Amino acid sequence: MARNRHLQAFLLIAAVAAVQLATMISDTQHYLTQLTMSGYYSLVIIGLCLLIGYAGQISLGHAGFFAIGGYTSAFLTTYDLTPVSDKAFIAFLSRTGMLVSTADLYGGQVLHLHPWAACLIAILLAIIVAYAIGGPVLKLKGHYLAMATLGFGTIVYKVVLGTEQFGAADGISEVPEFALLPGIAVSGKLSMRIMNYYIAWGLVILGVVLLSNLVHSRVGRALRSIHGAEDAANAMGVNTGRYKLNMFVISAVFAAIGGVFLTHYNGGIGPSEASIMKSVRYVAIVAIGGMANLWGALVMGFVLNFLSLRGYFGSYDDAVFGAILIIIMLFTPEGLLRRDLFSDIRSLFGSGKDLEEKV
Amino acid sequence: MAILAVRDLNKRFGGLQAVKDVSFTVTAGSIKALIGPNGAGKTTLFNLISGVLSPDSGDIFFGDMQIEGMKPFQIAEKGMSRTFQHIRLFPNMTAIENIMIGRHTHSRAGFIAGMFSLPWTWKEESRIRSRSREILDFLGISGLADSESTSLAYGQQRIVELGRALACEPKLLLLDEPAAGLNIKETAEMANLITKVKNLGITVLIVEHDMSLVMNISDEVIVLSYGQKIADDVPLAIQKNTEVIRVYLGEEEC
Repeated sequence: MARNRHLQAFLLIAAVAAVQLATMISDTQHYLTQLTMSGYYSLVIIGLCLLIGYAGQISLGHAGFFAIGGYTSAFLTTYDLTPVSDKAFIAFLSRTGMLVSTADLYGGQVLHLHPWAACLIAILLAIIVAYAIGGPVLKLKGHYLAMATLGFGTIVYKVVLGTEQFGAADGISEVPEFALLPGIAVSGKLSMRIMNYYIAWGLVILGVVLLSNLVHSRVGRALRSIHGAEDAANAMGVNTGRYKLNMFVISAVFAAIGGVFLTHYNGGIGPSEASIMKSVRYVAIVAIGGMANLWGALVMGFVLNFLSLRGYFGSYDDAVFGAILIIIMLFTPEGLLRRDLFSDIRSLFGSGKDLEEKV
Repeated sequence: MAILAVRDLNKRFGGLQAVKDVSFTVTAGSIKALIGPNGAGKTTLFNLISGVLSPDSGDIFFGDMQIEGMKPFQIAEKGMSRTFQHIRLFPNMTAIENIMIGRHTHSRAGFIAGMFSLPWTWKEESRIRSRSREILDFLGISGLADSESTSLAYGQQRIVELGRALACEPKLLLLDEPAAGLNIKETAEMANLITKVKNLGITVLIVEHDMSLVMNISDEVIVLSYGQKIADDVPLAIQKNTEVIRVYLGEEEC
């Protein structure tokens, strides 16, 4: 099993590099922008895939966590602290190197929190909110859980849309680049396009490896047991409430990280990122990838987000994802890239299935 | 010595008193059966003991621990495991994976250890797997290890569920109608397995309708009727108990 997973991770790395080389050879480097963005959306998708597909808990509010990440980071890295720079706390932050100064569009200096600090605060906030929301709502099941998470998503959307400090309908712009390390920054600059493609997909690969490990661990098995028969899992000693909550929080962290990075990459974030249609889109992609299929969700997350970002669905964008959800639920609830399909294909090559059982 | 002691247990659902002032003990190392007509409160009593329901009043002692009101997973951690009247295997999991879930309380890899696949978790996983294989062997179903649980025959599913409960290494095993839906041959096989489990030193409390099974393997039998205990004795005495005969077969003048 472990060797199989190493092979999958290697294939993923190879595929990521191959896509980049393909854009270079075919002179379609402008695609890298959307490829990078779809990487960050894929982070949301894979986290959600574990929550829905493995732990069996639906969330129609994950755009909310994406927005909490993005907006927190955007706010903290654009809010000018110059007028209060003489306050003791701000001076302390400044001395510890937590503040940086960047030039705004008009040449003025903006003193703001370092993106690393903002990023950590954003993730922390997502964790706190996820625990606070997940604690009560994960006691609900089925439709009720879906409705409660939908309610959460709606609240986040309305808050960011209605708050002046968050730019209301305009969102927050002029978000500075995120210098991860000297010379490496999450930035929309053309000169950093290739680097940012690899930053995004590097994060995705890291995320997939972590989640794939989790799936194949004792915890993954316990999560699947909760999905299969929650009462029996509990009777076998699985603390079902805590497992569901932890998985919910982990998926929220994945969404928040996606939000933070995409916001720095795009240089801004708007309220549409928090909208219900975004949440529905994430669920639709997990569904078409085949609920309990991390790789299927990843592939579909990449393909559909890329097509959507390139504008192939035109003004029917949201309608396409709604339609996908209906069609998948009606005709192939196991998802398009279901496991049988893979083993069907493998069986075409003789002893493929035996091989899988041995490794 | 009593491994389980239930004292004055009450549970009411609206106007229905499902369990009324029930007290009994289960001796360590024995097989005790719980019988009674449909609706007598047997499954409610089971759910109270295993933590699915909380009693309205009364005490439940497991060893020297008072367990009423605890969550099922906490009671499982203390060493009590159960099967279900309607089989509750995990679908989309193989037989051995189902049994591996039973090892949950005896292993500890958490979210962080799992995500980073820490080296010590590999050893733990292989221990879980090998112990689960031993249980499959013990039950004589090692050939079914990699079959999807839902594709198994009904009788085999019952045995896998028994294996899952055994994997917890319980001190007390609760079996809720283990022979329900089984034919005569399968019932006899199940009786054998339960006796084998007892010989491991595991105490068994069993709810069952099948009288041949109950009378053959039990050391003691409790009879419930309308939520109340009407008899608690060795099988032979139960068979002669006029009150028991009355609730099972009806009044003579009927």
